[in-house]
Amino acid sequence: MADATETRKTPRAKAFDLRRQPGFAAAAWACIIFLYAPIVVLIVFSFNDNRSVVRWTEFSLRWYTEAFANEGIQKATWMSLKVAFVATALATTFATMAALATTRVARFRGQGIVFAIINQPLMIPEIVTAVATLSFFSLIKQATGWQGVGFLMLAHTVFCIPFAFLPIRARLQDMTITLEQAAADLYATPWAAFRRVTLPLMAPGILAGATLAFVVSLDDVIITLMIAGPGETTLPIYILGQIRRGITPEINAVSTLLLGLSLLLVSLTFLLGRKRSRA
Amino acid sequence: MADRITDTRTTRQPASDALAGARAARDSAAKRTRVFLLAPAILTIGIVGLMPLSIALVYSFLEPGTYGGVTWAFSTDAYVQFLFDRDIFDDSLTFSTSYLSIFWRSAFLAIITTIGALLIGFPTAYFIATKPPAQRNLWLFLVTLPFWTNLLIRTYAMLLIIRDEGFINITLQMIGLTSGPIEMLYTDGAVFLGLIYSFLPFMVLPLYASLEKLDFRLVEAAHDLYAGRVQVLRRVILPMARPGMIAGCILVFIPCLGAYITPELLGGGKKLMIGNMIALQFGGSRNWPFGSAAALILMAMVLIVLLIVNRSRADAEVSHG
Repeated sequence: MADATETRKTPRAKAFDLRRQPGFAAAAWACIIFLYAPIVVLIVFSFNDNRSVVRWTEFSLRWYTEAFANEGIQKATWMSLKVAFVATALATTFATMAALATTRVARFRGQGIVFAIINQPLMIPEIVTAVATLSFFSLIKQATGWQGVGFLMLAHTVFCIPFAFLPIRARLQDMTITLEQAAADLYATPWAAFRRVTLPLMAPGILAGATLAFVVSLDDVIITLMIAGPGETTLPIYILGQIRRGITPEINAVSTLLLGLSLLLVSLTFLLGRKRSRA
Repeated sequence: MADRITDTRTTRQPASDALAGARAARDSAAKRTRVFLLAPAILTIGIVGLMPLSIALVYSFLEPGTYGGVTWAFSTDAYVQFLFDRDIFDDSLTFSTSYLSIFWRSAFLAIITTIGALLIGFPTAYFIATKPPAQRNLWLFLVTLPFWTNLLIRTYAMLLIIRDEGFINITLQMIGLTSGPIEMLYTDGAVFLGLIYSFLPFMVLPLYASLEKLDFRLVEAAHDLYAGRVQVLRRVILPMARPGMIAGCILVFIPCLGAYITPELLGGGKKLMIGNMIALQFGGSRNWPFGSAAALILMAMVLIVLLIVNRSRADAEVSHG
């Protein structure tokens, strides 16, 4: 096969590209189709006016109206957003501070350990983190009697930090220090230089980090499943419970909405990044 | 901020004792700033992320409480339970492979998933790396996007496709290829398919990163020296893509080993993996010490894999000079 294409060096062989490997393009397209086909089927059938989740009858928004009217879904959505907002705010702030301390500075002692600690949530299987955190929280709850959704928010903050840290640090690394030096030469105080020069330049990175943290928090299942108390059901946990009970078109509608939100946010981050790199 | 700025200016001046003193004062101020900036992230992860792991270690050596939780009495039962069944009447131990087989099943599924992802991911990453730069970003974006969407929902979408009344079976029956449904859901094959589907992006990205840096003049040189396409692939491209392959394999293998959602939904509880077994100990069957022990063993497995890979990577660097 490979030799056949090589020997056919007719004048038309301008398409002969040394880098090409036979079948690789097909594999790439198959990969994309494999990744997207199930999602497309899910989205299409969420607009199907029929109890059956797979036989197409007619376009309708019926399941969306039912999902919106469902009190369980409303509550779960609200809980998801609350947790995601708090976790994102905390994680992004902490990650920004950590990025400022570790980027564009001379290597300091313990820098390796700092990176290891920040990336720790990514290195350990999520189920291990989940049950360990459950044990830890139950110990604290027993000892202090504290309750509440704060525990869940704290756990989300932990695994959101590395996701926020990466884009913020990447942005900082791309920035030269000359503008801040100029500000200092013009008698700007350190704080003024930071607020008027550094922070605006960092903003796109911070925004990207915050978006990723928000999406990661919104999508978390395993850790939330383990540590969420009664009345702290987030949307993914609600969906998981419904799937276990049986498949309904309503679930397709909610899933499509949650999926759409993540897709939208991440696409925006991507476009923002592209615009920035072109400028 | 400012300490770094002054840094570059003062270093040009000749050092004197007074300056050295000022520099020491500045360095300690810089250190204070650094500690202040790092403290929130490090403390949060340290306390809520790392401390629980030591709690799990302690729990794994305790006795289970009746309604979940633990009883504070030392016991190695959690670890003994892995290999032995304790007879409830005479307390004798018999060797049992039931838990070992779950670990083996998980490792096996993780390995074949990694291989499968590599076989699909490599050509894809290579294809993207050889596209014109303008198109690469779009392809990369398309491959990465599913990673940022909800894993649960993607797995659910897979379930919709492969179940008995699912998209594939209905379509096949409508065309008339099959008369009844082909049973795909709740099999090992379904879990395998779901795992590849979940973690494929993790394979493509690091592969792309190393293929993108590949110097294609070497490929041309190989062609000039009469290497065929297969030879070029095997002798030039694959060796240079090795770091990306290793990174991709790790990124797929580790989450596969601890997978929970995929076996839960697509394996239907019959086909347990380590992740489900651990979760069960904290839910229905309530044996926290045993669950903690299982979680720690899983973590140990991950660390061992990472160590082996690190060592082989270091060896490779040495042998290249």
